[in-house]
Amino acid sequence: MTIQITLLGLIGGTIIGFLSGVVTTYVKVLVTWKTTTIAVISVVLIAVLVRLASWIGSTFLAGVPDWVWLVLQAAIVLAVLWRFARYIPVALSFLAQVYILLIRGTPIVVQVMFIYFALPLISGWRIDALLAAIFTLVINSGAYIAEIVRGALQSVPKGLKEAGQAMGLPFHKILTYIIGPVALRRMIPAMGNQCIISLKDSSLFIVIGVAELTRQGQEIIASNFRSVEIWGAVAVIYLILTGIIALTLKFIEHRTQIV
Amino acid sequence: MSIVEFKNVVKRFGPTTVLNGIDLTIEKGEVVVVVGPSGSGKSTLLRCINVLETIEEGDITVNGLSVRGSGAQVRELRREAGMVFQQFNLFPQLTALENVMFGPVHTRGSARRQARDEAVALLGKVGLEEKINHYPGELSGGQQQRVAIARALAIRPQLMLFDEPTSALDPELRHEVLKVMQDVAEEGMTMVVVTHEMEFARKVGSRLIFIDGGKIAEDGTPAELLSNPPSQRLKDFLQHVT
Repeated sequence: MTIQITLLGLIGGTIIGFLSGVVTTYVKVLVTWKTTTIAVISVVLIAVLVRLASWIGSTFLAGVPDWVWLVLQAAIVLAVLWRFARYIPVALSFLAQVYILLIRGTPIVVQVMFIYFALPLISGWRIDALLAAIFTLVINSGAYIAEIVRGALQSVPKGLKEAGQAMGLPFHKILTYIIGPVALRRMIPAMGNQCIISLKDSSLFIVIGVAELTRQGQEIIASNFRSVEIWGAVAVIYLILTGIIALTLKFIEHRTQIV
Repeated sequence: MSIVEFKNVVKRFGPTTVLNGIDLTIEKGEVVVVVGPSGSGKSTLLRCINVLETIEEGDITVNGLSVRGSGAQVRELRREAGMVFQQFNLFPQLTALENVMFGPVHTRGSARRQARDEAVALLGKVGLEEKINHYPGELSGGQQQRVAIARALAIRPQLMLFDEPTSALDPELRHEVLKVMQDVAEEGMTMVVVTHEMEFARKVGSRLIFIDGGKIAEDGTPAELLSNPPSQRLKDFLQHVT
């Protein structure tokens, strides 16, 4: 169970982390009072428009068939996106920064309790404990990995990007073929840290009753009180798992080393 | 036929004006050596040609393509101008051969086999046929810079830009790089070279431009300007570098 949570959590976290990391590195938007105000106003504006649209839909256009209404909605959304396409990267970068700020700024125990106990009250969906645990780990590790990715991308010498630009390569090719391979190698030590931290953080999901390693140790102890043996065994299992992660990354690092 | 044209170009970095109204036409086949005191804007001038720096006023065209064009036009312009950097900027994760193949494969869409054959030939031309499978980290500075020249030539540019190609090298390694540059010039390549190598300017250059304070202060043949500097400013500069 611990392995499953950690693995899925890290895979999801890596995807989110890479996306946010790349966006925050290359689209520079400062989170200031001004940009925050603009962001809040636009969110409110969108919310008002959506309300207005659904109100119009239910009153004036009540007679129109559903599919026409759907097409109309899709058309409007696309038109708005098209009109403001230039600002999409900026908005994404801002969102990513707010996400990193929120997740890094709150403890993982609070996050998982919020998702498991508070979110159902707000939204009405009931989430399975295992799913809540995985989801928490995804968003939690994603925020940290985003910063790891950003750090690695920034550490790549600017000259490499310029060499790619001077050849006439488009930005996505520079990123995938030139900066990416160099940055990936530089991420390995920090990613090792994050994998190990995430594995150990999964022990905190004991608070929502997921049957992960620590929780199972506790349950066994509850019946026989043999603390030394059980907690010793639990510690050794964690050590073996983190050892596997460390060794794997060492192996990758060794194999991909640049002379 | 002119290949590069500057029209009243102004470049600023914040409050400092680095290029202050540059007008310059470079003809096909010319080897233009750009000299000037540090901070005079000579590197910036070069980097504006292939849009590594954007300009505030005026216009630059390369082979008729403007630096103010769209993203795709700028990329097309950059393929006409091969660039060699002071710090080589080879891709460290690729071998010398892969570095040279990279441009043709990814920008020109050449077939790998053809790109490979051409890259081997180019590396032979710069005297590195034995090092094609070495990584940049295994090569000396002079060898790295020669790979960089081959890499720039591989995209078949109309024009080569050199940004202080020998400034990061030991004196004994400069010679091998300058020799390669001379070979390239003798094949009729149009070149713009920012350098402090006055010997190279005298021997290979067909035109010398002295930049001072963001303006073109002198423009003439190297022979004239170097043996008989028309201004006190150039005279002082030449005394300091030679």
